Amino acid sequence: MSFTRRETLLMAMGTAFAAVVPFKAFADVDGDIAAFTGGAEIGTGGITLIAPEIAENGNTVPIEVDAPGAVSIIVLATGNPTPAVGTFNFGPLAGAQRASTRIRLAGTQDVLAIAKMPDGSFVQATQEVKVTIGGCGG
Amino acid sequence: MADNVTPRVRVPREAAAGETITIKTLISHPMESGQRKDGDGNVIPRSIINRFTCEFNGEMVIDVAFEPAISTNPFLEFEAVVPESGTFVFTWYDDDSSVYTDSKDIAVN
Amino acid sequence: MKKTLLSASAVCLAMAVPFGSVMADENADLIINGELEITVRAPAPAHMEGSGISEIMSGWVFRATETQAFEMDDFENPGMIFTEAAIDAWNTVEGEAGESCASCHGTPEDMAGVSAVYPRWNEGAGEVRTMTTQINDCRTEQMGAEAWDYDKNDMLNMQALLASVSRGMPVDVAIDGPAAETWEMGRELYYTRTGQLDLSCANCHEQNYGNLIRADHLSQGMINGFPTYRLNNARLNGVHSRFRGCVRDTRAETYSVGSPEFVALELYVASRGNGLSVEGPSVRN
Repeated sequence: MSFTRRETLLMAMGTAFAAVVPFKAFADVDGDIAAFTGGAEIGTGGITLIAPEIAENGNTVPIEVDAPGAVSIIVLATGNPTPAVGTFNFGPLAGAQRASTRIRLAGTQDVLAIAKMPDGSFVQATQEVKVTIGGCGG
Repeated sequence: MADNVTPRVRVPREAAAGETITIKTLISHPMESGQRKDGDGNVIPRSIINRFTCEFNGEMVIDVAFEPAISTNPFLEFEAVVPESGTFVFTWYDDDSSVYTDSKDIAVN
Repeated sequence: MKKTLLSASAVCLAMAVPFGSVMADENADLIINGELEITVRAPAPAHMEGSGISEIMSGWVFRATETQAFEMDDFENPGMIFTEAAIDAWNTVEGEAGESCASCHGTPEDMAGVSAVYPRWNEGAGEVRTMTTQINDCRTEQMGAEAWDYDKNDMLNMQALLASVSRGMPVDVAIDGPAAETWEMGRELYYTRTGQLDLSCANCHEQNYGNLIRADHLSQGMINGFPTYRLNNARLNGVHSRFRGCVRDTRAETYSVGSPEFVALELYVASRGNGLSVEGPSVRN
């Protein structure tokens, strides 16, 4: 099989495009973060994200976020095709700025939680979750 | 519309005034992500619970926006302060505009 | 645990990922709702002598801490959702006879212990019946209602309900007397290699339990926790469907759900769990 110069060039462009595509999710992550923070600087500390280091199945991964005093917490699965997971807004009768739920992870990735504090500042925590490949699909 | 959608909540029956209690909620729902395809290769339309709220005597406890990355049969655990006897109202909002509610009374002793 | 690898099973075991173990504390105990003690480890029944297994273990033992936790509180166990639908079905009059399950059997709790002894020889029918075939016999013969599909929603819901009221009771499947012939057939199938991978049930679940198959820990293949809610497909799964999946994974043509072969295999596999608690609806990955 032989290729013309034109075909080769097109294939090279295709390769370059393919190399760019996986970063789309990261662009979405940046967009989601900016939408939540308005571009403000994000600190650390004062927020806890609990997620399993290794998840037996990516379909149902228990997570917990906790940021004492926070107004709201956003959770992003940075490696999912659509990174947004959920936003927790705490009202005056919240007994703690804590919530736990179960999420879907498309594969091994960092889960990111960002809390908005009452003074308008932001803090974040990340946790890598390794999603294992099951043995027998059943 | 999703079938057999049933909300469930677990709230203690009583509490001390000002006590913080743990609430668990679970609603049976497929949370179809909009990312899957059926056997013929057609995208299965997104159909999820997109919002959940919990209020106590009309005041907000928590208001959550759910995205398609929330697992089937969404589970949520959170904490609430109970200043007086009253009623918790839980509301789930479906993409198909269905609204599911449940309520629980709690007595302050 | 045994570390012997058979050459055939090494084909699929070789793909274990580098970060290895997700298995939880091997000595963890299962207590549901803080009060219901489930026996997840027990001495192997006498008929397993020579199998190399002296202690039988529920599949729960082989799962990661987070997966195990799903089953420790009924509110957090998504499998329990389906028992609620079954309670409605239990009380619903269906069929020409104008009967419901409740008409004859009272409350679901009155059925405590039934799941523990199935599959079971039925003298009148002259065959071994699974819970599924027994429930369907009730539906068609007593109620004049339509049979439910094997391992499908309505049937799995009802089995989950009936298992749930027997939780904590020891599995005690009879293998002697008239059931012996079916049991022998099931045992034969358990040790028969199938498919292009040339694997028997025993190759994975007797000789390699505890070892990794890709990133999963192989269990002993016990069925005391069925129907089981799998995080993988977020619904209840039946025993025969699981058998089908296993046989298919050996790259073989499988028997059908409800086939005499799978009924026999279910009896045999259930009997390997004699002494473990009924645990369904369990939660697995």
